[in-house]
Amino acid sequence: MSKLELTRRGLLRTGAVAGAGLAMPTVFASRASAFTNEPKGGVVTLGFTIPLTGPYADEGNDELKAFQLAVKHLNGEGDGGMLSTFSSKTLTGAGILGKKVAFVSGDTQTKPDTARATAKSMIEKDGAVMISGCSSSAEAVALQSLCQEAGLIYMVGLSHSNDTTGKDKKRNGFRHFFNAYMSAAALAPVLKDMYGADRAAYHLTADYTWGWTQQASMQAATEAIGWKTVANVLTPLASTDFSSYIAPVLNSGADVLILNHYGANMVNSLTQAVQFGLKDKMVNGKQFQIVVPLISELMAKGAGPNIRDIPGSSNWNWKLQDAGTKAFVQSYGKEYGAPPSQAAQTCYAQVLLYADAVARAKSFNPCAVVEALEGYKFDGLGNGPTEYRAADHQCFKDCLVVKGKDKPDNEFDTLEIVQVTPTAQVTYAPDNKMFAGGDLGQCNPGA
Amino acid sequence: MLGLGKKDLTFLLIVLLLTLAAPILLNPFAEGSAMAQFNAGYPDLMQRIAIFAIFAVGFNILFGLTGYLSFGHAAFIGIGSYAMVWMLKLLTMNILPGLILATLMGGAFALLIGFVSLRRSGIYFSILTLAFAQMSFNMAYSVLTPITGGENGLGPALGDPRVLDAAAANGTIPEVNLFGLSMRATYELDLAGRVFQFNAGYYVCGLLSVFMFYLALRLFRSPFGMMLRAIKCNQHRLNYTGLHSRPYMLSAFVISGMYAGLAGGLMAAMDPLAGADRMQWQASGEVVLMVILGGVGTMLGPVLGAGFIKYCENIFSKINDHVLHEWFSIFPKWLENLLVTIVHPFVGQGWHLTLGVLFMLVVIFLPGGLIEGGQRIGRLIRRKPDAKGKAAATTPAE
Repeated sequence: MSKLELTRRGLLRTGAVAGAGLAMPTVFASRASAFTNEPKGGVVTLGFTIPLTGPYADEGNDELKAFQLAVKHLNGEGDGGMLSTFSSKTLTGAGILGKKVAFVSGDTQTKPDTARATAKSMIEKDGAVMISGCSSSAEAVALQSLCQEAGLIYMVGLSHSNDTTGKDKKRNGFRHFFNAYMSAAALAPVLKDMYGADRAAYHLTADYTWGWTQQASMQAATEAIGWKTVANVLTPLASTDFSSYIAPVLNSGADVLILNHYGANMVNSLTQAVQFGLKDKMVNGKQFQIVVPLISELMAKGAGPNIRDIPGSSNWNWKLQDAGTKAFVQSYGKEYGAPPSQAAQTCYAQVLLYADAVARAKSFNPCAVVEALEGYKFDGLGNGPTEYRAADHQCFKDCLVVKGKDKPDNEFDTLEIVQVTPTAQVTYAPDNKMFAGGDLGQCNPGA
Repeated sequence: MLGLGKKDLTFLLIVLLLTLAAPILLNPFAEGSAMAQFNAGYPDLMQRIAIFAIFAVGFNILFGLTGYLSFGHAAFIGIGSYAMVWMLKLLTMNILPGLILATLMGGAFALLIGFVSLRRSGIYFSILTLAFAQMSFNMAYSVLTPITGGENGLGPALGDPRVLDAAAANGTIPEVNLFGLSMRATYELDLAGRVFQFNAGYYVCGLLSVFMFYLALRLFRSPFGMMLRAIKCNQHRLNYTGLHSRPYMLSAFVISGMYAGLAGGLMAAMDPLAGADRMQWQASGEVVLMVILGGVGTMLGPVLGAGFIKYCENIFSKINDHVLHEWFSIFPKWLENLLVTIVHPFVGQGWHLTLGVLFMLVVIFLPGGLIEGGQRIGRLIRRKPDAKGKAAATTPAE
């Protein structure tokens, strides 16, 4: 127990300390910025949140490589990659607006929760002025809303859910990658040619935003060409064993299995489906088929021979023959000794697009960058002529229908391009019902 | 004062001062310097340390005092988080109702789980709590997706009712606040090349954690705390004296569940997105690590452990190969590459390895945790020959 005792000397001392304390704020200069993490000095820091562990880790590792390469090229190191083929010529290899580009990277564990924690520390500690990267749409949506609240630009990495630029779109977020609706629109006609109009499909779907929207898109598109949907079974993202989900497919009367899985999930489920002998089955007098709506080179590599002849869609493939792709594949190959995946391409392009937007806007202010990117038309980044639509911040460009190659020439030759679907076929109105319910809101510069 | 002895009061005041000055104390290195990597004085990490300190202090009430090792405490964190986010969605973006509900929900679920689990002791109790937590996690992840958001996580959305708030303007979700004070509000101070960030959210977490620390201190010194210690010493003998010990156990379990619920609620208040992952067994294991690493049964130990683990998690996991190459760039190229190869597995996503090694070292050489380490150093400095016996008596190592 204590008792307060007052003495003259004690009182004077306390008074002096308190007075000094009150005067403190006038001595220090408070930090004034026009927007969150305004870069001061000669360096600008970008933050890359990538999944290095978890089911989408392969994609994450490839994204990191692409980010590193993009930063090198922006700083004028290496051969410059797509800087030379990019339709905008503001980037000369002298950093962004004369500032040297530095970056921080962090693991998101393929979890939205961790992704946000990682990004938050990048914003608060490292002073990142832009966040990019992710390979699950759950992460993308979580990061996009964080960046909107904190007042940063978020350049979406690999996210394929309709929600990212639909129900959960944000003014501060931009997506270069294509989406589930586009995949379905590109795939459906090809599927009709390959397997006919009288088919019954069974969906296995990853249980989160991407799986849901991809399943809905595929169901709508395949039913439009006359297919029936037998069942849709949701599987947890964290699962690695799908045998209990695949066994019921055999007796369901379905003759097509649509795997709405990605990354290691898809590698496991496809491998198990092939082991169950699904590919060799005859159902309803027809050969049983497997479709993987979203395929990447990394998944094809993981699945090995099981991927052969299986159709799907891609945002980009290293075998495209345009100048941008060639320049990127060459520079990536020289650096890492393997061709880049579609995850790498989209992330590389996103960094360049951001840097270019800053250069054109002559400011790092998120609102200026938003203005520079909205409705921006560009070319030379590997996807042909592309537009960032102002209404939902989605890029519109050609997309690819691919197929697991039957007789690969080498270990990187896993996919072949069946068709390049023109932009017009995959374009939709911003108020399409699969993208309804969102609002971009106002741009937020933070601070 | 405050029902505490003089020694405890000074102790509490020191904790309070440290909490208030944390943004300055944790930012010792100048911005842009090579050591800036190791600064911890940014809001996100400080909030996390304060929140996990609450969690660990609460866990210590159960584990440290009664010796019952629960492997399912993360479930209460998750429940608290979901309760918080639902309040943000339905009622108001003010965090107060959410924090109250989170604490109550943590307590209610602890009552339910504790009522069943406490029929057994020792390893069976641990397994039961683990089972309940995994059950909660799996349900949140699958069948309860409409309530919990599953893999997407649960966060405030534009279309939420928020009956107490005014309608959201121009398509933006209002900020999480406490009576108008945004949790994001930060006052930045430039001083001698350092930037100190005084964040409203951190002070809410920090002051709450000091308050919870005070409550735990009172509980440790109370007759109730003594009874819990008696349970740890010998529950059988206690029962033979004719005393029914289970109500005491259950109270301790519920109290620590409420601490965890509050921690979960705060977590969701600082960053309004609740994922099911925070209920997983790794999260339950983490708090056990925190308490053991810091010092079981001590007051300050769990706080130290929480700070230590969260610091390692946030700082080591951010060191990538790029940073390593910069560090070792003064050496010749071959040595630089060799050093990077050696250090690589211990940083970045491999930081768990570092934590594992440190944990082993602490358990082997400092069974009393970091607190014991501090005491040993203190003894070395003071060179008091009789201190050894005293320290051993106050911190039973188990």
